Amino acid sequence: MTIKGSLPVAVMALAVLVLWYAGAVWLNAPMATDALNRAGHDWTTADLIRATLAMKRPILPTPDQVALDLYTSLTGYPVTSIRNLLYHTGVTAGAALAGFGMGVVLGVALAAGIVQARTLESSLLPWVIASQTVPILAIAPMIVVILGNLGFTGLLPKAIIAMYLCFFPITIGMVKGLRSADPLTLDLMRTYSAGTAQTFRLLRLPASLPYLFTSLKIAVAASVVGAIVAELPTGGQAGLGARLLSGSYYGQTVQIWSALVMAAVLSVTLVAVVGLAERALVPGGRGGAR
Amino acid sequence: MPAAQPAPLTLVPPAADAAPRTIVDVRNLTLTYQAADHPVYALSDVSLSISKGDFISLIGPSGCGKTTLMRVVADLEQPTSGEVTVNGMTPEQARLKRAYGYVFQAPALYPWRTVERNVMLPLEIMGLPRADRQQRAREQLDLVGLSGFERKFPWQLSGGMQQRVSIARALAFNPDLLLMDEPFGALDEITRDHLNLQLTRLWLGTRKTCIFVTHSIAEAVFLSTRIVVMSPRPGRILDVIDCDRDLPRERTLDIRESPEFQRIAHRVREGLMEGHSYDD
Repeated sequence: MTIKGSLPVAVMALAVLVLWYAGAVWLNAPMATDALNRAGHDWTTADLIRATLAMKRPILPTPDQVALDLYTSLTGYPVTSIRNLLYHTGVTAGAALAGFGMGVVLGVALAAGIVQARTLESSLLPWVIASQTVPILAIAPMIVVILGNLGFTGLLPKAIIAMYLCFFPITIGMVKGLRSADPLTLDLMRTYSAGTAQTFRLLRLPASLPYLFTSLKIAVAASVVGAIVAELPTGGQAGLGARLLSGSYYGQTVQIWSALVMAAVLSVTLVAVVGLAERALVPGGRGGAR
Repeated sequence: MPAAQPAPLTLVPPAADAAPRTIVDVRNLTLTYQAADHPVYALSDVSLSISKGDFISLIGPSGCGKTTLMRVVADLEQPTSGEVTVNGMTPEQARLKRAYGYVFQAPALYPWRTVERNVMLPLEIMGLPRADRQQRAREQLDLVGLSGFERKFPWQLSGGMQQRVSIARALAFNPDLLLMDEPFGALDEITRDHLNLQLTRLWLGTRKTCIFVTHSIAEAVFLSTRIVVMSPRPGRILDVIDCDRDLPRERTLDIRESPEFQRIAHRVREGLMEGHSYDD
Protein backbone atom coordinates (compact mmCIF):
# COMPACT_ATOMS: atom_id res chain seq x y z
CA MET A 1 0.00 0.00 0.00
CA THR A 2 1.25 3.49 -0.75
CA ILE A 3 1.87 6.09 1.93
CA LYS A 4 -1.01 8.09 0.54
CA GLY A 5 -3.28 5.05 0.75
CA SER A 6 -2.30 4.15 4.28
CA LEU A 7 -2.88 7.63 5.69
CA PRO A 8 -6.68 7.33 5.97
CA VAL A 9 -6.22 3.92 7.56
CA ALA A 10 -3.83 5.33 10.17
CA VAL A 11 -6.10 8.31 10.90
CA MET A 12 -9.07 5.99 11.37
CA ALA A 13 -7.13 3.67 13.70
CA LEU A 14 -5.94 6.65 15.73
CA ALA A 15 -9.49 8.01 16.01
CA VAL A 16 -10.71 4.63 17.28
CA LEU A 17 -7.92 4.51 19.89
CA VAL A 18 -8.64 8.07 21.10
CA LEU A 19 -12.36 7.34 21.40
CA TRP A 20 -11.65 4.08 23.18
CA TYR A 21 -9.42 5.79 25.79
CA ALA A 22 -11.96 8.60 26.23
CA GLY A 23 -14.69 6.03 26.69
CA ALA A 24 -12.60 4.15 29.26
CA VAL A 25 -12.03 7.31 31.32
CA TRP A 26 -15.69 8.29 31.14
CA LEU A 27 -17.14 4.85 31.94
CA ASN A 28 -14.64 3.94 34.64
CA ALA A 29 -14.70 7.37 36.37
CA PRO A 30 -17.58 6.65 38.83
CA MET A 31 -15.94 3.49 40.20
CA ALA A 32 -12.51 5.11 40.27
CA THR A 33 -13.92 8.12 42.14
CA ASP A 34 -15.44 5.78 44.73
CA ALA A 35 -12.15 4.00 45.21
CA LEU A 36 -10.19 7.24 45.55
CA ASN A 37 -12.70 8.62 48.05
CA ARG A 38 -12.54 5.46 50.13
CA ALA A 39 -8.77 5.69 50.20
CA GLY A 40 -9.27 8.89 52.21
CA HIS A 41 -6.63 11.29 50.99
CA ASP A 42 -6.91 14.14 48.47
CA TRP A 43 -6.78 13.41 44.76
CA THR A 44 -6.51 15.44 41.56
CA THR A 45 -8.09 14.96 38.09
CA ALA A 46 -4.78 13.51 36.91
CA ASP A 47 -4.99 10.91 39.69
CA LEU A 48 -8.51 10.05 38.62
CA ILE A 49 -7.56 9.59 34.95
CA ARG A 50 -4.58 7.46 35.90
CA ALA A 51 -6.85 5.33 38.09
CA THR A 52 -9.48 4.88 35.37
CA LEU A 53 -6.87 3.59 32.95
CA ALA A 54 -5.39 1.02 35.32
CA MET A 55 -8.35 -0.69 37.00
CA LYS A 56 -8.33 -4.39 37.76
CA ARG A 57 -11.96 -4.91 36.75
CA PRO A 58 -12.87 -1.91 34.62
CA ILE A 59 -16.24 -1.35 32.99
CA LEU A 60 -14.28 -0.70 29.78
CA PRO A 61 -10.66 -1.81 29.75
CA THR A 62 -8.13 0.29 27.84
CA PRO A 63 -6.53 -0.90 24.58
CA ASP A 64 -3.17 -1.34 26.30
CA GLN A 65 -4.72 -3.52 29.03
CA VAL A 66 -6.32 -5.72 26.37
CA ALA A 67 -3.09 -5.83 24.36
CA LEU A 68 -1.08 -6.80 27.45
CA ASP A 69 -3.59 -9.53 28.37
CA LEU A 70 -3.46 -10.88 24.81
CA TYR A 71 0.32 -10.78 24.83
CA THR A 72 0.72 -12.66 28.11
CA SER A 73 -1.94 -15.19 27.09
CA LEU A 74 -0.47 -15.85 23.67
CA THR A 75 3.20 -15.95 24.67
CA GLY A 76 3.10 -17.03 28.32
CA TYR A 77 1.64 -20.51 27.84
CA PRO A 78 2.01 -23.33 25.32
CA VAL A 79 -0.57 -23.37 22.51
CA THR A 80 -2.18 -26.50 23.97
CA SER A 81 -2.74 -24.82 27.33
CA ILE A 82 -6.22 -23.79 28.33
CA ARG A 83 -4.75 -20.44 29.39
CA ASN A 84 -3.59 -19.66 25.86
CA LEU A 85 -6.22 -17.78 23.83
CA LEU A 86 -4.91 -19.30 20.62
CA TYR A 87 -6.07 -22.68 21.90
CA HIS A 88 -9.60 -21.34 22.41
CA THR A 89 -9.52 -19.59 19.03
CA GLY A 90 -8.55 -22.89 17.42
CA VAL A 91 -11.47 -24.68 19.08
CA THR A 92 -13.93 -22.04 17.87
CA ALA A 93 -12.36 -21.92 14.41
CA GLY A 94 -12.72 -25.71 14.11
CA ALA A 95 -16.42 -25.57 14.91
CA ALA A 96 -16.92 -22.53 12.68
CA LEU A 97 -15.15 -24.11 9.71
CA ALA A 98 -16.94 -27.44 10.09
CA GLY A 99 -20.25 -25.55 10.20
CA PHE A 100 -19.17 -23.40 7.25
CA GLY A 101 -18.37 -26.49 5.20
CA MET A 102 -21.73 -28.03 6.01
CA GLY A 103 -23.42 -24.69 5.31
CA VAL A 104 -21.80 -24.45 1.88
CA VAL A 105 -22.99 -27.94 0.96
CA LEU A 106 -26.51 -27.32 2.27
CA GLY A 107 -26.74 -23.80 0.83
CA VAL A 108 -25.53 -24.74 -2.64
CA ALA A 109 -27.72 -27.87 -2.71
CA LEU A 110 -30.81 -25.87 -1.73
CA ALA A 111 -30.03 -23.20 -4.33
CA ALA A 112 -29.47 -25.78 -7.06
CA GLY A 113 -32.79 -27.41 -6.19
CA ILE A 114 -34.63 -24.10 -6.12
CA VAL A 115 -33.21 -23.05 -9.49
CA GLN A 116 -33.84 -26.38 -11.21
CA ALA A 117 -37.35 -27.02 -9.90
CA ARG A 118 -39.80 -24.15 -9.74
CA THR A 119 -42.00 -25.99 -7.24
CA LEU A 120 -39.14 -26.06 -4.74
CA GLU A 121 -38.94 -22.30 -4.84
CA SER A 122 -42.49 -21.87 -3.55
CA SER A 123 -42.36 -24.85 -1.18
CA LEU A 124 -38.85 -24.51 0.22
CA LEU A 125 -37.90 -20.85 0.17
CA PRO A 126 -40.47 -19.71 2.78
CA TRP A 127 -39.03 -22.24 5.24
CA VAL A 128 -35.52 -21.14 4.50
CA ILE A 129 -36.48 -17.54 5.21
CA ALA A 130 -38.54 -18.46 8.28
CA SER A 131 -35.57 -20.35 9.69
CA GLN A 132 -33.63 -17.10 9.82
CA THR A 133 -36.32 -15.16 11.68
CA VAL A 134 -35.89 -17.43 14.72
CA PRO A 135 -33.29 -15.88 17.03
CA ILE A 136 -30.21 -18.09 17.08
CA LEU A 137 -29.88 -17.50 20.83
CA ALA A 138 -33.26 -19.16 21.37
CA ILE A 139 -32.66 -22.15 19.17
CA ALA A 140 -29.03 -22.87 20.04
CA PRO A 141 -29.65 -24.35 23.56
CA MET A 142 -32.41 -26.59 22.14
CA ILE A 143 -30.14 -27.96 19.44
CA VAL A 144 -27.42 -28.60 22.01
CA VAL A 145 -29.84 -30.41 24.35
CA ILE A 146 -31.47 -32.49 21.61
CA LEU A 147 -28.16 -33.53 20.05
CA GLY A 148 -26.75 -34.22 23.51
CA ASN A 149 -29.62 -36.62 24.13
CA LEU A 150 -28.84 -38.36 20.86
CA GLY A 151 -25.26 -38.76 22.00
CA PHE A 152 -23.68 -36.00 19.97
CA THR A 153 -21.46 -33.66 21.95
CA GLY A 154 -18.38 -31.60 21.31
CA LEU A 155 -17.81 -30.22 17.85
CA LEU A 156 -20.96 -31.39 16.04
CA PRO A 157 -23.65 -29.38 17.88
CA LYS A 158 -21.55 -26.25 17.55
CA ALA A 159 -20.93 -26.89 13.85
CA ILE A 160 -24.64 -27.38 13.25
CA ILE A 161 -25.48 -24.06 14.87
CA ALA A 162 -22.77 -22.37 12.80
CA MET A 163 -24.23 -24.05 9.71
CA TYR A 164 -27.70 -22.85 10.66
CA LEU A 165 -26.48 -19.25 10.49
CA CYS A 166 -24.36 -19.50 7.37
CA PHE A 167 -26.31 -21.56 4.84
CA PHE A 168 -28.86 -18.78 4.36
CA PRO A 169 -26.69 -16.14 2.64
CA ILE A 170 -25.21 -18.91 0.49
CA THR A 171 -28.64 -20.11 -0.65
CA ILE A 172 -29.86 -16.60 -1.45
CA GLY A 173 -26.63 -15.63 -3.23
CA MET A 174 -26.44 -18.87 -5.19
CA VAL A 175 -30.07 -18.70 -6.35
CA LYS A 176 -29.33 -15.28 -7.76
CA GLY A 177 -25.98 -16.42 -9.14
CA LEU A 178 -27.33 -19.53 -10.82
CA ARG A 179 -29.92 -17.36 -12.52
CA SER A 180 -27.44 -14.68 -13.51
CA ALA A 181 -26.45 -16.25 -16.84
CA ASP A 182 -27.24 -13.99 -19.78
CA PRO A 183 -30.35 -15.17 -21.74
CA LEU A 184 -28.23 -15.19 -24.91
CA THR A 185 -25.75 -17.61 -23.36
CA LEU A 186 -28.65 -19.84 -22.30
CA ASP A 187 -29.97 -19.75 -25.89
CA LEU A 188 -26.47 -20.62 -27.02
CA MET A 189 -26.46 -23.76 -24.87
CA ARG A 190 -29.82 -24.64 -26.40
CA THR A 191 -28.44 -24.35 -29.94
CA TYR A 192 -25.76 -26.86 -28.92
CA SER A 193 -28.60 -29.06 -27.60
CA ALA A 194 -26.80 -29.18 -24.26
CA GLY A 195 -28.57 -31.08 -21.48
CA THR A 196 -29.68 -29.61 -18.15
CA ALA A 197 -26.64 -31.02 -16.38
CA GLN A 198 -24.25 -29.65 -19.01
CA THR A 199 -25.89 -26.23 -18.91
CA PHE A 200 -25.58 -26.29 -15.13
CA ARG A 201 -21.95 -27.35 -15.07
CA LEU A 202 -20.67 -25.30 -18.00
CA LEU A 203 -22.77 -22.16 -17.69
CA ARG A 204 -24.89 -21.68 -14.57
CA LEU A 205 -22.29 -22.78 -12.06
CA PRO A 206 -19.33 -20.76 -13.37
CA ALA A 207 -21.60 -17.75 -13.89
CA SER A 208 -22.64 -17.97 -10.23
CA LEU A 209 -19.13 -17.94 -8.76
CA PRO A 210 -18.86 -14.16 -8.20
CA TYR A 211 -22.20 -14.29 -6.34
CA LEU A 212 -21.14 -17.38 -4.43
CA PHE A 213 -17.97 -15.76 -3.14
CA THR A 214 -19.81 -12.65 -1.98
CA SER A 215 -22.13 -14.94 -0.02
CA LEU A 216 -19.23 -17.01 1.28
CA LYS A 217 -17.65 -13.93 2.84
CA ILE A 218 -20.86 -13.16 4.73
CA ALA A 219 -21.32 -16.82 5.63
CA VAL A 220 -17.83 -17.41 6.98
CA ALA A 221 -18.15 -14.42 9.33
CA ALA A 222 -21.60 -15.66 10.38
CA SER A 223 -20.18 -19.12 11.08
CA VAL A 224 -17.80 -17.62 13.67
CA VAL A 225 -20.74 -15.89 15.36
CA GLY A 226 -22.65 -19.18 15.25
CA ALA A 227 -19.81 -21.15 16.81
CA ILE A 228 -19.37 -18.60 19.62
CA VAL A 229 -23.09 -18.49 20.38
CA ALA A 230 -23.11 -22.31 20.39
CA GLU A 231 -20.33 -22.36 23.00
CA LEU A 232 -22.37 -20.32 25.48
CA PRO A 233 -25.02 -22.93 26.41
CA THR A 234 -22.75 -25.96 26.09
CA GLY A 235 -20.95 -24.89 29.25
CA GLY A 236 -17.78 -26.01 27.61
CA GLN A 237 -14.37 -25.21 28.99
CA ALA A 238 -12.84 -24.41 25.64
CA GLY A 239 -13.57 -21.93 22.87
CA LEU A 240 -13.90 -18.18 22.63
CA GLY A 241 -17.55 -18.40 23.69
CA ALA A 242 -16.52 -20.25 26.86
CA ARG A 243 -13.96 -17.51 27.55
CA LEU A 244 -16.61 -14.84 27.12
CA LEU A 245 -18.92 -16.71 29.50
CA SER A 246 -16.32 -17.31 32.22
CA GLY A 247 -15.11 -13.74 31.84
CA SER A 248 -18.59 -12.44 32.56
CA TYR A 249 -19.07 -14.86 35.53
CA TYR A 250 -15.99 -13.53 37.26
CA GLY A 251 -16.20 -9.93 36.08
CA GLN A 252 -12.98 -10.35 34.10
CA THR A 253 -13.74 -7.64 31.56
CA VAL A 254 -10.19 -7.63 30.22
CA GLN A 255 -10.52 -11.34 29.45
CA ILE A 256 -13.85 -10.74 27.67
CA TRP A 257 -12.32 -8.04 25.51
CA SER A 258 -9.32 -10.17 24.67
CA ALA A 259 -11.65 -12.93 23.49
CA LEU A 260 -13.66 -10.40 21.47
CA VAL A 261 -10.52 -9.14 19.77
CA MET A 262 -9.49 -12.70 18.92
CA ALA A 263 -12.95 -13.41 17.51
CA ALA A 264 -12.68 -10.35 15.31
CA VAL A 265 -9.18 -11.34 14.17
CA LEU A 266 -10.46 -14.85 13.38
CA SER A 267 -13.37 -13.52 11.31
CA VAL A 268 -11.22 -11.05 9.41
CA THR A 269 -8.67 -13.79 8.65
CA LEU A 270 -11.33 -16.20 7.38
CA VAL A 271 -12.94 -13.53 5.19
CA ALA A 272 -9.51 -12.69 3.78
CA VAL A 273 -8.86 -16.37 3.00
CA VAL A 274 -12.19 -16.54 1.12
CA GLY A 275 -11.12 -13.42 -0.78
CA LEU A 276 -7.85 -15.07 -1.79
CA ALA A 277 -9.70 -18.19 -2.92
CA GLU A 278 -11.96 -15.98 -5.02
CA ARG A 279 -8.98 -14.40 -6.76
CA ALA A 280 -7.56 -17.82 -7.52
CA LEU A 281 -10.80 -19.43 -8.69
CA VAL A 282 -12.59 -16.70 -10.65
CA PRO A 283 -10.44 -16.12 -13.75
CA GLY A 284 -10.96 -13.02 -15.82
CA GLY A 285 -12.77 -11.73 -12.76
CA ARG A 286 -13.31 -8.23 -13.96
CA GLY A 287 -17.02 -8.16 -13.36
CA GLY A 288 -17.39 -10.33 -16.45
CA ALA A 289 -17.37 -7.98 -19.43
CA ARG A 290 -19.43 -9.65 -22.10
CA MET B 1 -28.11 -39.37 -27.09
CA PRO B 2 -24.79 -40.18 -28.76
CA ALA B 3 -22.81 -37.08 -29.66
CA ALA B 4 -22.90 -36.49 -33.39
CA GLN B 5 -19.39 -36.58 -34.73
CA PRO B 6 -18.99 -33.67 -37.13
CA ALA B 7 -17.29 -34.27 -40.44
CA PRO B 8 -13.66 -33.21 -40.53
CA LEU B 9 -13.25 -29.64 -41.61
CA THR B 10 -12.29 -29.40 -45.26
CA LEU B 11 -12.76 -26.71 -47.83
CA VAL B 12 -15.66 -27.77 -50.00
CA PRO B 13 -15.08 -27.24 -53.72
CA PRO B 14 -17.73 -25.17 -55.54
CA ALA B 15 -20.84 -27.27 -56.14
CA ALA B 16 -20.79 -28.61 -59.68
CA ASP B 17 -24.21 -30.23 -59.71
CA ALA B 18 -27.16 -28.41 -61.23
CA ALA B 19 -30.05 -28.99 -58.84
CA PRO B 20 -29.47 -27.06 -55.61
CA ARG B 21 -30.58 -28.89 -52.50
CA THR B 22 -33.08 -27.11 -50.26
CA ILE B 23 -31.66 -26.63 -46.78
CA VAL B 24 -34.31 -24.49 -45.14
CA ASP B 25 -37.91 -24.51 -46.25
CA VAL B 26 -40.45 -22.20 -44.63
CA ARG B 27 -44.12 -22.52 -45.60
CA ASN B 28 -46.94 -20.17 -44.54
CA LEU B 29 -45.27 -19.43 -41.26
CA THR B 30 -47.28 -17.36 -38.78
CA LEU B 31 -46.23 -16.47 -35.27
CA THR B 32 -48.45 -14.55 -32.90
CA TYR B 33 -47.88 -13.87 -29.27
CA GLN B 34 -50.14 -12.32 -26.73
CA ALA B 35 -49.00 -8.93 -25.44
CA ALA B 36 -50.69 -7.29 -22.42
CA ASP B 37 -53.81 -6.12 -24.26
CA HIS B 38 -53.59 -7.26 -27.90
CA PRO B 39 -52.05 -10.01 -29.98
CA VAL B 40 -48.78 -9.17 -31.76
CA TYR B 41 -48.34 -10.58 -35.24
CA ALA B 42 -44.59 -11.15 -35.32
CA LEU B 43 -44.74 -13.15 -38.56
CA SER B 44 -47.60 -13.43 -40.99
CA ASP B 45 -47.75 -16.05 -43.73
CA VAL B 46 -44.04 -16.12 -44.47
CA SER B 47 -42.76 -18.56 -47.10
CA LEU B 48 -39.13 -18.89 -48.05
CA SER B 49 -36.89 -21.56 -49.49
CA ILE B 50 -33.14 -21.52 -49.02
CA SER B 51 -30.82 -23.69 -51.09
CA LYS B 52 -27.48 -25.15 -50.17
CA GLY B 53 -24.69 -22.60 -50.44
CA ASP B 54 -27.04 -19.63 -50.40
CA PHE B 55 -26.20 -16.48 -48.50
CA ILE B 56 -29.57 -15.01 -47.56
CA SER B 57 -29.93 -11.65 -45.86
CA LEU B 58 -33.08 -10.75 -43.99
CA ILE B 59 -33.42 -6.99 -43.93
CA GLY B 60 -36.09 -4.74 -42.51
CA PRO B 61 -36.81 -2.24 -39.76
CA SER B 62 -36.93 -3.23 -36.10
CA GLY B 63 -39.92 -5.37 -35.23
CA CYS B 64 -40.38 -6.83 -38.72
CA GLY B 65 -39.80 -10.35 -37.40
CA LYS B 66 -36.48 -11.05 -39.09
CA THR B 67 -34.85 -12.21 -35.87
CA THR B 68 -37.99 -14.13 -34.95
CA LEU B 69 -37.93 -15.91 -38.30
CA MET B 70 -34.37 -17.00 -37.72
CA ARG B 71 -35.13 -18.06 -34.15
CA VAL B 72 -37.95 -20.25 -35.48
CA VAL B 73 -35.51 -21.90 -37.89
CA ALA B 74 -33.18 -22.45 -34.91
CA ASP B 75 -35.98 -23.91 -32.74
CA LEU B 76 -35.55 -21.11 -30.20
CA GLU B 77 -39.10 -19.93 -30.89
CA GLN B 78 -42.26 -21.94 -31.66
CA PRO B 79 -44.45 -20.89 -34.62
CA THR B 80 -48.21 -20.52 -34.22
CA SER B 81 -48.85 -22.16 -37.57
CA GLY B 82 -47.06 -23.10 -40.75
CA GLU B 83 -44.29 -25.51 -41.52
CA VAL B 84 -40.53 -25.26 -41.26
CA THR B 85 -38.01 -27.87 -42.28
CA VAL B 86 -34.26 -27.72 -41.83
CA ASN B 87 -32.32 -30.35 -43.77
CA GLY B 88 -35.65 -32.10 -44.23
CA MET B 89 -36.20 -32.34 -40.47
CA THR B 90 -38.24 -30.33 -38.00
CA PRO B 91 -36.29 -27.47 -36.43
CA GLU B 92 -36.17 -29.40 -33.14
CA GLN B 93 -34.67 -32.49 -34.74
CA ALA B 94 -32.21 -30.28 -36.60
CA ARG B 95 -31.22 -28.54 -33.38
CA LEU B 96 -30.73 -31.84 -31.58
CA LYS B 97 -28.52 -32.96 -34.46
CA ARG B 98 -26.61 -29.68 -34.23
CA ALA B 99 -27.34 -28.76 -37.81
CA TYR B 100 -26.57 -25.09 -37.45
CA GLY B 101 -24.24 -22.63 -35.80
CA TYR B 102 -25.82 -19.49 -34.36
CA VAL B 103 -24.11 -16.12 -34.01
CA PHE B 104 -25.98 -13.71 -31.76
CA GLN B 105 -26.18 -9.94 -31.78
CA ALA B 106 -23.81 -9.84 -28.83
CA PRO B 107 -20.71 -12.07 -28.78
CA ALA B 108 -22.13 -13.95 -25.72
CA LEU B 109 -18.68 -15.22 -24.82
CA TYR B 110 -18.14 -16.72 -21.37
CA PRO B 111 -16.00 -14.22 -19.46
CA TRP B 112 -14.42 -16.94 -17.31
CA ARG B 113 -13.13 -18.84 -20.35
CA THR B 114 -10.19 -17.91 -22.52
CA VAL B 115 -10.79 -17.23 -26.21
CA GLU B 116 -9.67 -20.72 -27.10
CA ARG B 117 -11.83 -22.40 -24.46
CA ASN B 118 -14.82 -20.35 -25.62
CA VAL B 119 -14.40 -21.78 -29.11
CA MET B 120 -13.96 -25.25 -27.62
CA LEU B 121 -17.26 -25.02 -25.70
CA PRO B 122 -19.55 -26.65 -28.32
CA LEU B 123 -16.94 -29.37 -28.92
CA GLU B 124 -16.78 -30.04 -25.20
CA ILE B 125 -20.56 -30.42 -25.09
CA MET B 126 -20.38 -32.83 -28.04
CA GLY B 127 -17.82 -34.89 -26.18
CA LEU B 128 -14.81 -34.57 -28.47
CA PRO B 129 -11.43 -35.57 -27.02
CA ARG B 130 -9.39 -32.74 -25.61
CA ALA B 131 -6.59 -32.72 -28.19
CA ASP B 132 -9.14 -32.73 -31.02
CA ARG B 133 -11.02 -29.83 -29.43
CA GLN B 134 -7.92 -27.74 -29.17
CA GLN B 135 -6.81 -28.42 -32.71
CA ARG B 136 -10.20 -27.47 -34.15
CA ALA B 137 -10.42 -24.35 -32.01
CA ARG B 138 -7.02 -23.24 -33.28
CA GLU B 139 -8.05 -23.87 -36.89
CA GLN B 140 -11.21 -21.82 -36.49
CA LEU B 141 -9.42 -18.96 -34.74
CA ASP B 142 -6.91 -18.96 -37.56
CA LEU B 143 -9.78 -18.80 -40.06
CA VAL B 144 -11.15 -15.62 -38.46
CA GLY B 145 -7.67 -14.14 -38.14
CA LEU B 146 -7.24 -14.48 -34.40
CA SER B 147 -4.20 -16.72 -34.12
CA GLY B 148 -2.14 -15.63 -31.14
CA PHE B 149 -5.15 -14.63 -29.05
CA GLU B 150 -5.97 -18.14 -27.78
CA ARG B 151 -5.02 -17.46 -24.16
CA LYS B 152 -6.61 -14.02 -23.88
CA PHE B 153 -9.84 -13.45 -22.00
CA PRO B 154 -12.80 -11.92 -23.88
CA TRP B 155 -12.56 -8.59 -22.04
CA GLN B 156 -9.03 -8.18 -23.35
CA LEU B 157 -10.36 -8.11 -26.95
CA SER B 158 -12.10 -5.37 -28.92
CA GLY B 159 -15.79 -5.72 -29.84
CA GLY B 160 -14.96 -6.76 -33.41
CA MET B 161 -12.52 -9.39 -32.24
CA GLN B 162 -15.05 -10.73 -29.74
CA GLN B 163 -17.60 -11.12 -32.50
CA ARG B 164 -15.02 -12.93 -34.62
CA VAL B 165 -14.46 -15.32 -31.71
CA SER B 166 -18.18 -15.99 -31.61
CA ILE B 167 -18.15 -16.74 -35.36
CA ALA B 168 -15.23 -19.12 -34.84
CA ARG B 169 -17.24 -20.76 -32.05
CA ALA B 170 -20.24 -21.20 -34.37
CA LEU B 171 -17.99 -22.75 -37.02
CA ALA B 172 -16.11 -24.97 -34.57
CA PHE B 173 -18.29 -28.06 -35.02
CA ASN B 174 -18.52 -27.48 -38.77
CA PRO B 175 -22.29 -27.08 -39.23
CA ASP B 176 -23.56 -26.72 -42.79
CA LEU B 177 -25.86 -23.90 -41.84
CA LEU B 178 -24.79 -20.65 -40.23
CA LEU B 179 -27.42 -18.37 -38.66
CA MET B 180 -26.21 -14.85 -37.92
CA ASP B 181 -28.36 -12.31 -36.12
CA GLU B 182 -26.97 -8.83 -36.76
CA PRO B 183 -23.51 -9.98 -35.74
CA PHE B 184 -21.87 -6.68 -36.70
CA GLY B 185 -24.69 -4.37 -35.63
CA ALA B 186 -22.80 -2.94 -32.67
CA LEU B 187 -19.53 -2.33 -34.49
CA ASP B 188 -18.17 0.80 -36.14
CA GLU B 189 -18.32 1.10 -39.91
CA ILE B 190 -14.64 0.49 -40.62
CA THR B 191 -14.57 -2.69 -38.52
CA ARG B 192 -17.82 -3.75 -40.10
CA ASP B 193 -16.42 -3.37 -43.65
CA HIS B 194 -13.40 -5.38 -42.67
CA LEU B 195 -15.49 -8.15 -41.14
CA ASN B 196 -17.86 -8.19 -44.13
CA LEU B 197 -14.91 -8.82 -46.38
CA GLN B 198 -13.64 -11.57 -44.07
CA LEU B 199 -17.07 -13.13 -43.88
CA THR B 200 -17.58 -13.23 -47.65
CA ARG B 201 -14.17 -14.91 -48.04
CA LEU B 202 -15.03 -17.36 -45.29
CA TRP B 203 -18.30 -18.16 -47.01
CA LEU B 204 -16.60 -18.66 -50.38
CA GLY B 205 -14.04 -20.92 -48.74
CA THR B 206 -16.47 -23.08 -46.78
CA ARG B 207 -19.62 -22.89 -48.94
CA LYS B 208 -21.82 -22.90 -45.93
CA THR B 209 -25.44 -21.90 -46.21
CA CYS B 210 -25.87 -18.62 -44.36
CA ILE B 211 -28.86 -16.71 -43.07
CA PHE B 212 -27.87 -13.21 -42.07
CA VAL B 213 -30.08 -10.66 -40.30
CA THR B 214 -29.10 -7.03 -40.78
CA HIS B 215 -30.25 -3.43 -40.70
CA SER B 216 -27.70 -2.29 -43.22
CA ILE B 217 -28.56 -2.18 -46.91
CA ALA B 218 -24.92 -2.03 -48.02
CA GLU B 219 -24.04 -5.01 -45.86
CA ALA B 220 -26.95 -7.03 -47.22
CA VAL B 221 -26.16 -6.31 -50.86
CA PHE B 222 -22.45 -6.88 -50.40
CA LEU B 223 -22.78 -10.26 -48.71
CA SER B 224 -25.85 -11.92 -50.15
CA THR B 225 -26.86 -14.14 -53.00
CA ARG B 226 -30.45 -13.21 -52.18
CA ILE B 227 -31.95 -10.43 -50.07
CA VAL B 228 -35.28 -10.85 -48.32
CA VAL B 229 -36.92 -7.49 -47.58
CA MET B 230 -39.37 -7.60 -44.68
CA SER B 231 -41.84 -5.15 -43.16
CA PRO B 232 -43.31 -4.92 -39.67
CA ARG B 233 -46.78 -5.27 -38.13
CA PRO B 234 -47.42 -7.89 -39.26
CA GLY B 235 -43.97 -9.22 -40.12
CA ARG B 236 -44.05 -10.35 -43.72
CA ILE B 237 -41.86 -10.66 -46.80
CA LEU B 238 -42.18 -7.74 -49.25
CA ASP B 239 -39.57 -8.62 -51.82
CA VAL B 240 -36.90 -11.18 -52.57
CA ILE B 241 -34.01 -9.80 -54.61
CA ASP B 242 -31.54 -11.98 -56.43
CA CYS B 243 -28.04 -10.51 -56.29
CA ASP B 244 -26.23 -13.44 -57.79
CA ARG B 245 -27.13 -12.62 -61.37
CA ASP B 246 -25.64 -9.14 -61.39
CA LEU B 247 -22.84 -9.36 -58.87
CA PRO B 248 -19.87 -11.75 -58.96
CA ARG B 249 -19.64 -14.36 -56.22
CA GLU B 250 -16.19 -13.19 -55.25
CA ARG B 251 -16.60 -9.63 -54.08
CA THR B 252 -14.29 -6.86 -52.97
CA LEU B 253 -15.30 -3.68 -51.19
CA ASP B 254 -15.05 -1.57 -54.37
CA ILE B 255 -17.95 -3.37 -56.06
CA ARG B 256 -20.07 -1.16 -53.83
CA GLU B 257 -19.34 1.65 -56.29
CA SER B 258 -20.62 -0.36 -59.25
CA PRO B 259 -23.96 0.52 -60.95
CA GLU B 260 -25.27 -3.04 -60.39
CA PHE B 261 -24.63 -2.74 -56.68
CA GLN B 262 -26.33 0.68 -56.58
CA ARG B 263 -29.31 -0.65 -58.50
CA ILE B 264 -29.86 -3.53 -56.07
CA ALA B 265 -29.36 -1.24 -53.07
CA HIS B 266 -31.95 1.11 -54.55
CA ARG B 267 -34.44 -1.69 -54.94
CA VAL B 268 -33.90 -2.76 -51.33
CA ARG B 269 -34.40 0.80 -50.15
CA GLU B 270 -37.61 1.13 -52.14
CA GLY B 271 -38.88 -2.07 -50.63
CA LEU B 272 -38.11 -0.85 -47.14
CA MET B 273 -39.83 2.50 -47.78
CA GLU B 274 -42.90 0.74 -49.06
CA GLY B 275 -43.01 -1.18 -45.81
CA HIS B 276 -42.68 2.00 -43.82
CA SER B 277 -45.48 3.88 -45.57
CA TYR B 278 -47.70 1.11 -44.24
CA ASP B 279 -46.59 2.05 -40.77
CA ASP B 280 -47.32 5.81 -40.66
